[in-house]
Amino acid sequence: MSAVADSPPVAAAMEVDHVVKAFGGLIAVNDVSLDIPKGKIVSLIGPNGAGKTTLFNMLTGLYKPTSGRIVFDERDITRKRPDLITKLGVARTFQNIRLFGAMTALENVIVGRHTRMRTGVFGAIFRPPWVRREESEVQDRARDLLKFVGLREDSFDRLAAQLPYGDQRRVEIARALASDPSLLLLDEPTAGMNPYESDALAQFMRRMREELNLTILLIEHDMKVVMGVSERVTVLDHGNKIAEGPPAEVRADPAVIEAYLGKQT
Amino acid sequence: MSELDENNEPSTRSVTVSEGEPGPSDWSEFRAQMHEWRQSVERVLPPWWSRALAGTLIVIGIVLPFLFSADSGFLNATIIAVAYAVMSLGLNIVVGFAGLLDLGYVAFYALGAYTLGWFGSGFFFKAHLHVLVSPVASTLPGIHLNFILILIVAALICALAGALIGLPTLRLRGDYIAIVTLAFGEIIATLAVNGTSIHLGGGQTLTAGNLGISGVDSPYFPGLGLFNELNLRPWYWLIFGVLLVVLFVNLRLRDSRLGRAWVALREDEVAAVSMGIPLVRTKLMAYSIGAAFGGMAGAFFGTYFTVVNASQFQFGFSIFILGMVIIGGLGSIWGAVAGGLLLGYINYYLIPDVLNSLPSKVGLNFQLTEIEFGIYGFLLVIMMILRPQGLIPERRRRLELTGRVAATDSELVEPTAISTLGLAESE
Repeated sequence: MSAVADSPPVAAAMEVDHVVKAFGGLIAVNDVSLDIPKGKIVSLIGPNGAGKTTLFNMLTGLYKPTSGRIVFDERDITRKRPDLITKLGVARTFQNIRLFGAMTALENVIVGRHTRMRTGVFGAIFRPPWVRREESEVQDRARDLLKFVGLREDSFDRLAAQLPYGDQRRVEIARALASDPSLLLLDEPTAGMNPYESDALAQFMRRMREELNLTILLIEHDMKVVMGVSERVTVLDHGNKIAEGPPAEVRADPAVIEAYLGKQT
Repeated sequence: MSELDENNEPSTRSVTVSEGEPGPSDWSEFRAQMHEWRQSVERVLPPWWSRALAGTLIVIGIVLPFLFSADSGFLNATIIAVAYAVMSLGLNIVVGFAGLLDLGYVAFYALGAYTLGWFGSGFFFKAHLHVLVSPVASTLPGIHLNFILILIVAALICALAGALIGLPTLRLRGDYIAIVTLAFGEIIATLAVNGTSIHLGGGQTLTAGNLGISGVDSPYFPGLGLFNELNLRPWYWLIFGVLLVVLFVNLRLRDSRLGRAWVALREDEVAAVSMGIPLVRTKLMAYSIGAAFGGMAGAFFGTYFTVVNASQFQFGFSIFILGMVIIGGLGSIWGAVAGGLLLGYINYYLIPDVLNSLPSKVGLNFQLTEIEFGIYGFLLVIMMILRPQGLIPERRRRLELTGRVAATDSELVEPTAISTLGLAESE
């Protein structure tokens, strides 16, 4: 990954090393390597079916890679359970919002904090002082996060399924942030947004990175957002990595243009 | 569509409340009106009113048996109905909270009852172990433990069995879980019948099959004496106490980290594990705790019916308990209690004592008890038409089932499951 020269070399938050994922005969992700430097916003782009979400699912432990290695924070997480990976500090959102529709916005965020809580069965039943304290701390924290992502306070106790689409996106990000991640994976966060909203979200991503010390990996189709917000872009096509580098460079890459628009005749 | 979209966000797609087909707007106005009334009533009531209400209910529950003669049929029905409510609360954790359709709940009734048969009778005739039992029982051979100890042992055994039965269902979803649990229920029931052929050595068998383990101890407490059939009041207080404990545990669990994790898993498994909820542990916890309550009620039934007979453990019983949970309102604690009491009373009081001779009065040649399952089926159908969310619906389900939320599953999450975790996100 020395092919890419970032001016000051930064430690990698996550290293993806020759990862392959095959579903039977279909190779969805083919030998992809990728470095996500700490504190950067990295975009993953590519046409539909390129394997972006499959890669995401491997990074978060939902899929086990067929081969290859994934290292997060200098720990091998290749075959770890998703909940343990979350505990280590990787959080994600989903392409098609997957909120817990029958829970309130606030409860959704509280669930996101599961790994940072300690209450077990007996703690829940007897509810000693430390459990009460933990509950109220988590409540406060969840409220803060919902405020941070810009949800109106009168929506906190509404069921997630009843919220408008844009708010659902916000709650999903708050839920991901609730686990105190150091790496945030956003799967097409601007899907279904108008240019104005996408712009606001791009701003917000930068703000998250500054204020929460995050590294962000982003799957995105909106080129304006990709070019505007990311320091590095990786392009996948048919499971293969076809380009990588700063946004301007990638945009000019003939292989990328071909993948998106087809070969010029 | 977007009239309810209060934020008026200019989003192209909206997974929100939609009115769907042009519904009767006066109906929704009526609902809003009701909601307002309820809130205004709640505003008038002092903040401690719910505690006061709970206290009043408990007091009513305690003095209830004095309103009836000590051996009345109604009190008998009440005792059974309360025990059903305990079972219903247990199953509600598995089916209602965690969303795992369990059709083999009878297994825990059987295990609980056998725990009583093993540790509260002369069944293990070679053993001599007596812990805090009545003077009569302490002279008898066999293992005799105090009923409270038996309750605890039954809860532990069933919790373990619940986890074991839960294990093979972990990778399954929906209907498949139902099939596997159904099979386990049948296995336990068959094991109970054929336990006479399982020899533990020294002429000792595992169960007494259809002959039944009889001569089980009645509960005994120093000061209260030995329970007997002529005075049902102590039996009532015992099971009422168990109900209160189970109810308390249920309420506490629902509003805890674990309760939220169950609901999250029920709502969206993939999202839940991605948010850091350990799938295996959380699901097994639901199975275990639900089973433990079933075992406690089972042990009580064992001593109350004075016999532990393999023929008691029928598949129909699982469905009966499930019916209570559904009629009460899936996932609703108070609903589970209401459903358990309602079906318990219908089964042990209304049909046999009150209405049984009704068909013969109108010249029909059968008794109502012969068609009781038909009656439950009919009730269930009526229920599904008139009030699909159950008698006392859980807040979440109410919205889900009454069509107020038109965001269907397919809009909210991807359709289910191909791979292990059911990930099928199209790119």
